[in-house]
Amino acid sequence: MNNISREYLISILKKGKRVDSRQLDELRNVEISYDVSEHAEGAARVKLGNTEVVAGVKLEVGTPFPDSPDEGVIIVGVETLPLSNPDFESGPPNAESIELARVVDRAIRESHAIDLKKLCIEKKEKVWMILIDIYSINDQGNLQDAAALAALAALKKAKMPSFDGEKVNYKEKKGSLPMNELPVECTNIKVHDKILSDPILDEQIWLDARLTVATTDKGEVCAMQKGGSGTLTINDVKEMIKISLKNGKILRGKLK
Amino acid sequence: MSYTKRNDGRKFDQIREIEAKVGIIKSADGSAMFKIGKTIAIAAVHGPRDLYPKFMQNPRKGILRCNYNMMSFSVDERIRPGPSRRSKEISLVTENALLPALSLEQFPNAVVDVFIEIQQADAGTRCAGICAASMALADAGIPMKDLVCAISVGRVGGKILVDLDKFEEDYEEGSTDMPVAMLPRKDEISLLQIDGHIKPEEIEEALELAKKSCKKILEIQRNALKEKYEKEYGQDE
Repeated sequence: MNNISREYLISILKKGKRVDSRQLDELRNVEISYDVSEHAEGAARVKLGNTEVVAGVKLEVGTPFPDSPDEGVIIVGVETLPLSNPDFESGPPNAESIELARVVDRAIRESHAIDLKKLCIEKKEKVWMILIDIYSINDQGNLQDAAALAALAALKKAKMPSFDGEKVNYKEKKGSLPMNELPVECTNIKVHDKILSDPILDEQIWLDARLTVATTDKGEVCAMQKGGSGTLTINDVKEMIKISLKNGKILRGKLK
Repeated sequence: MSYTKRNDGRKFDQIREIEAKVGIIKSADGSAMFKIGKTIAIAAVHGPRDLYPKFMQNPRKGILRCNYNMMSFSVDERIRPGPSRRSKEISLVTENALLPALSLEQFPNAVVDVFIEIQQADAGTRCAGICAASMALADAGIPMKDLVCAISVGRVGGKILVDLDKFEEDYEEGSTDMPVAMLPRKDEISLLQIDGHIKPEEIEEALELAKKSCKKILEIQRNALKEKYEKEYGQDE
């Protein structure tokens, strides 16, 4: 997979160009479709260029956490399937896939994208649990943004199954999830002294630092995650937030 | 009471509608999607590549490693992600279903990894997985003696039929599921399982039905492969 050298990548970037001839702050083509699984309460497929992920939402009735007895539960999992990248291995989630999931989770939770109080059925006893599972299908870079967008698209599409106090009836669906916000995530990386949006693998493998910024409809930031072993300056961070707000609008537009 | 009319109106020897596509995952060396009715399987092949840990290597020929998995949202009741006893068993029988078609002598010490994901399930997932995997192996350019075609046959409410859907698999008045994989060139069976009661003569009848259906599947698999390669390399005269 490791195709180009760092020196070559930097030489192209110095000319203000990218390997796939995009602008530095330009996203790849974004496609969202919904033909994933009829058994999911909501599901979506997101393609960012050649990167592809699918996300599915399942709803179950369970007991709330003791510290939030009247709120529904959200659990996000990311499976970096070995099918999607020759470097991925089978087995329990590794640090990278846990980070992917937690950053998706954080944006949804912190933006209050879902009104969890409305998912309470019986205080301390029964609440709806939203289980979001995201699978990588083809990893050509930036799984993070694809995963976040897919989760959001699946949530937006989700229909609630009916519950008679005893059993969930998955055949009978009514109403959508109580959603308030669409927190989209945008990742920028820094290579040498250049900032690139929506990196492909060839760029991502040479990153010095990475910043994922989740933004809301109101133009606020609701989550951030820095990655990579290098550093960012305050100006880098400002620049990356600015780009993320701009690109976030484009991604959010695809959800409408 | 016997099962006189199929739930979805099909004839007893009629398989569900199939859609097949090759080359769906660019990061993989070979890949394919196989959809039969509402069951959707995708498969990707990585390799031949070096096999680690080293003691697992076979100096005489390459090994095949299959991994079958159902996505958590592929069914009504969510499946916990990660391997289960069921998925491990299916991975194993899938390996055995595919191996007879492969020539791995050219790849000593290497492994060919096959990953199968069930995206949406309406019964017959292991068969759909095998169909997808066999196309993905061909797409990856692994030397093969034949494609592998798989279909489930069985007995539902006393009737022998092909390609059970979930309703038929769960049929309350008795259902026997019998997944079969074949190498159609010589009608060799490479996978055969039976789940339920069935008489020996009924097995024979079911196998004939499987054989007939595998030919139809082969046609679809071939066309899907042709579609990709004719596009890439142009048609023969």
